[in-house]
Amino acid sequence: MAIRIEVASTVPDPRAIALCKRLREDGFNVTKTYVVDVYTVDSDLSSKDVTRIIPLLTHPLTQKASVDKPLALKKFTWAIEIGYLPGVTDNIGNTTKEMIADTLHKDFFDAPSVYTSQILFVDGAISDQRIKMVAASLYNPLIQSAYVRSSREFHKGHRTGYQIPKVHLTKTQRVNDVSLDVSDEELVNIGKKGIINDDGTHRGPLALDLTYMKAIQKYFRKIGRHPTDIELESIAQTWSEHCKHTIFADHIDDVPKGLFRTYIKRATDIIRKQKRKKDICVSVFTDNSGAITFDDTFMISHKVETHNSPSALDPFGGAITGIVGVNRDAIGFGLGAKPIINTYGFCLAPPKNTSILYRDTERTQPMLSARRIFDGVVAGVNAGGNCSGIPTPQGFIFFDDRYRGKPLVFAGTVGLLPRKIKGKKMYEKHAQPDDLIVMVGGRVGLDGIHGATFSSEALSTGSPATAVQIGDPITQKKLSDAIVKEARDIGLFHSITDNGAGGLSCSVAEMAKESGGCIVTLDKIPVKYPGLAPWQLWISESQERMTLAVPKNKWPAFSRLMKRRGVEATVIGEFTKSGKCVVTYYKEVVMDLDMEFLHDGLPPRRLTTVAPPKTLKGVDAKLFDSQTEALLSKLSDPNIAGFSFISQQYDHQVQGFSVLKPLQGRGRINADATVSRPVLSSQKGVVLSQGLYPRYSDYDAYYMAACSIDTAIRNAVVVGGDVDHIALLDNFCWCSANDPVRLGQLKRAAQACYDYAVVYGTPFISGKDSMFNDFKGFDDEGKPVMISIPPTLLISAIGVIPDVTKCISLDVKLPGDLIYILGETHEDAYAPVNGKKNAALYRAFYNMTSNNAIASAISVYRGGLGIALAKTALGGMLGLDIDLSAVPGTAKVPQNILWNENQGRIVVTVAPQNKKEFESIMHGNVLSLIGSVTDGQYFVIRNANKVTIRCSLRTMQEAYQRTFRDY
Amino acid sequence: MKKPKALIFSGYGLNCEEETQFGFRMAGSYADIVHINDCIERPSTLMRYQILVIPGGFSYGDDTGAGNAYANKLKNHLWEALLQFTAGDKLVIAICNGFQILVNTGLLSGLSEKIGTKDIALLQNSSSRLIDRWTDLKNFSSSPWLRGITTFSLPIGHGEGRLYTKQTTLEQMRKNGMIALRYVRGDTCIYQDLPANPTGTMDDIAGITDRTGKILGLMPHPERALFFTQLPNWTYLKEVYTRRGLPVPTAGPGLQLFKNAVSYFKD
Repeated sequence: MAIRIEVASTVPDPRAIALCKRLREDGFNVTKTYVVDVYTVDSDLSSKDVTRIIPLLTHPLTQKASVDKPLALKKFTWAIEIGYLPGVTDNIGNTTKEMIADTLHKDFFDAPSVYTSQILFVDGAISDQRIKMVAASLYNPLIQSAYVRSSREFHKGHRTGYQIPKVHLTKTQRVNDVSLDVSDEELVNIGKKGIINDDGTHRGPLALDLTYMKAIQKYFRKIGRHPTDIELESIAQTWSEHCKHTIFADHIDDVPKGLFRTYIKRATDIIRKQKRKKDICVSVFTDNSGAITFDDTFMISHKVETHNSPSALDPFGGAITGIVGVNRDAIGFGLGAKPIINTYGFCLAPPKNTSILYRDTERTQPMLSARRIFDGVVAGVNAGGNCSGIPTPQGFIFFDDRYRGKPLVFAGTVGLLPRKIKGKKMYEKHAQPDDLIVMVGGRVGLDGIHGATFSSEALSTGSPATAVQIGDPITQKKLSDAIVKEARDIGLFHSITDNGAGGLSCSVAEMAKESGGCIVTLDKIPVKYPGLAPWQLWISESQERMTLAVPKNKWPAFSRLMKRRGVEATVIGEFTKSGKCVVTYYKEVVMDLDMEFLHDGLPPRRLTTVAPPKTLKGVDAKLFDSQTEALLSKLSDPNIAGFSFISQQYDHQVQGFSVLKPLQGRGRINADATVSRPVLSSQKGVVLSQGLYPRYSDYDAYYMAACSIDTAIRNAVVVGGDVDHIALLDNFCWCSANDPVRLGQLKRAAQACYDYAVVYGTPFISGKDSMFNDFKGFDDEGKPVMISIPPTLLISAIGVIPDVTKCISLDVKLPGDLIYILGETHEDAYAPVNGKKNAALYRAFYNMTSNNAIASAISVYRGGLGIALAKTALGGMLGLDIDLSAVPGTAKVPQNILWNENQGRIVVTVAPQNKKEFESIMHGNVLSLIGSVTDGQYFVIRNANKVTIRCSLRTMQEAYQRTFRDY
Repeated sequence: MKKPKALIFSGYGLNCEEETQFGFRMAGSYADIVHINDCIERPSTLMRYQILVIPGGFSYGDDTGAGNAYANKLKNHLWEALLQFTAGDKLVIAICNGFQILVNTGLLSGLSEKIGTKDIALLQNSSSRLIDRWTDLKNFSSSPWLRGITTFSLPIGHGEGRLYTKQTTLEQMRKNGMIALRYVRGDTCIYQDLPANPTGTMDDIAGITDRTGKILGLMPHPERALFFTQLPNWTYLKEVYTRRGLPVPTAGPGLQLFKNAVSYFKD
């Protein structure tokens, strides 16, 4: 018999208050709400045990509890109980289980399972129909179930009807052979929809096209047998676009070596050669993150991932696993870097976009609203970053209606790793034959089956719900601390990698390349619940797991350490040099593939592109009666407005690294770059910034990429970054990547990456791509719709600076300071990016920062010069007096000078006494004195004698903060 | 007396132990990070130290209430050792999640009549979200931790820091000089135009002590304010100092707490 413990607050509960407020805002006639937390303990504990458990879950001062008797509002109309679906990670349930085990002195896995749920009591006149809408706005049917009852039903003894979400798996656990001696048509079908179950249903996408299916057919004909289901699934994971990045690797047009090797990697190779002894790269492209030098003792790694498809279905779960997942790219870099800084970026539909979309033609599977996706992804990174104790200072939000079908969720992590420990290079790792394969961290369940292959396709009705996972940051935190703060430094393992996409099938097979083979015992893998089929054990993407190669003589020490740190570690096989990837299940060999075929057997394809047309619709052509009106409108534009509500809920000061914060100056302006000091005993700093211009892809993807690169670098330079110690990361998020025009855009963007990385001397060190960000579904009338994102390239810059006390913030400092603009402003909004000129400017600027002559600096980014001036003024809460006619460049019309987003520009303020020094050091670059900081409260922009803008700072601040004030 | 030794707990999601250790070392103390399971294995370890620190973090992900699960672990395994430790001439500081843990063990309680009574709660912020910002604080206590401090600024970063207790308990705490720190509107609030009380906490309380003042629990993070460059307005202050020909400071306002702890044992 399960025991149901209900806990409710006896003092006002902010959760209930917030819920009531939100429901009223949504137009529901609610007078009162009440929240009850429910812990269902699935066991027959003695009443004495139960008495011991209650105080664990209640605070005597502020909460009351009851066992198997409901705690309800005295008067209510509806009760809604929301719990998880079977198999969905229940973190609070797991913690409660651990507390019970600890208190009753039981072993964790013998302790009773605990399932948590929440009852929301609602009072108010709400109809049956309307309460369904209330419930729908409170839960996500892909991960949760909701039980709605009227007070009458509730009191009649039915309560809410909550069912314990225990996992019952009854499917067979055997391994099947899959015949590939079928027609091409059938091969296509298997590749697209998956292996056929006994009942005729398909298991979910393999995302293997005919060329690949034929190659697999040929291999198995050669070795003279059918593949098993686990072999086919394993190949599909390893060959997926998600893992192999085939589109970037394939021969394309006249580029036989593919885009990655020709444009991205070659740029890095050339830059490293040119920099010779000043090369900053330590490890590029080969590991889970890329890394550059920090100082003589440390290196820093960086990786930015996307988690788009999962975030479309479950924004909270998608975003939290995004951030916690990319943390493992640090932990899995080299022999284990400590995650030290998180970054984020969200490309979303504007929250005001109210379009309704369905995944199916019957309109039973609605997509979540734009607002809920926004709220969910923000909350997901909050939970993941904050719980892990990793500061999250740097990020952006960007809105476009074309992200309505697939939101983009970028999550990045910087890691810190000693260059050497006891003479051993920490960025090198080699699993040795005979090393044990050890899985560490969470257990395996059905969560995240087919994540890798699913994200290699467009989102549609067949998208599997099991692709959704919820992160468990604390399990990972324990694992991370045990590995990067202890096991690494005493040399307890030879190699480590993350279990991300493809789960064990990818991590083990990848590490097996180091030794030359592996043998895995599937039945040793610890599971969340029994009944998983062998292929599911092998490819599940259950979170918070790492795979390590532990030498046999170190296993006792390793195992002991993990146990003492509350981390589960299990030997699941051995690395070999057999040249084979062998998997057994209860002594039967279920997979036996040549390593060579598994990793390199995928046939090269040839891609062709069509040159994309150039259109000019990327320009914001909105016309305003006055430039003051334009300024205020732009300050409230969601792509420019302040989002302090995010910066303030993401802990950016934990670890004590913070130097330049995400909100700067008196006006708390969202900064484009942040600086951290990751080694407290050193003055050195890490600069992080980002650049992104998706709408420019409509004009020209080459231009789009050039602007993104220039912006990321410039944003880092203005706070004190040194171009000669900056590296870049690329995240290509494309759409319909089978379409030759889209491929043409991709090629243009990749070419720009090469050209501009080389001209600035900033190497790419790591990247990631996501090629099918399309949504295929139906609108609210059931008409088919396809929504494709604008081709999006996020460039992230990471740099090292020698002395954080020289950093420059964006806010103007004191009245009387002189305002300069560096760089040229053009009449043509799409004026080509002059990398050579800009690089010289940035180097000169860096030389200035070392002698403290600059009081403030801001990069001219989204919204152009007008917005840069507004932000720097609001930052210092001081007036400006600016003359546009002094702005250098071809632009003459005030609105073009103000709003064009030409690259290579920085607005700087300088104390009058530093004027001479500043001008002499910057000599040879384009710069002009355009005005001064005033002690007034007015922002004044003139064009020679004519006043173009005159606006009070208060009005501007109101506009800047209005958009997201109530979020 | 010689250099004191501080023991800083870690494990299960505590995450501020390294910068806290750095603060103690800057102030001239020895400081060791000890995983709670290692301490449980050998509780006598505790007695080798003069200072006990429960640092900030997100122990057990705040599940079942911030600090609750870790407090349960301390009570199940280290209770006797903790009672023995606090009975001696020792100092204890519990920061943020540490503070939440300490009130959940009842080791820091309002009435202090019976150790282990949970009569103080740290509830969810009134905004029902984590808040990361700087705050200004006024000292009302003669605790050795806060000697020489009148007002100063420290950052906060928590979701559950709204202190709540019964009115009668609050009166008692006031009378016994246990209210140590209150949020006030000072330099950083004025600088960024922010409300003094960030969480809706009762009586603006940011930190409390036991009756002796030797056990301090506080929501703000002194270990995140060790350097001048951690202040939210340091780039502005740097310009002002430089132009007046004054030296630019290097230390932050949080360092004083660590120094106070060291001098308590040294002097």
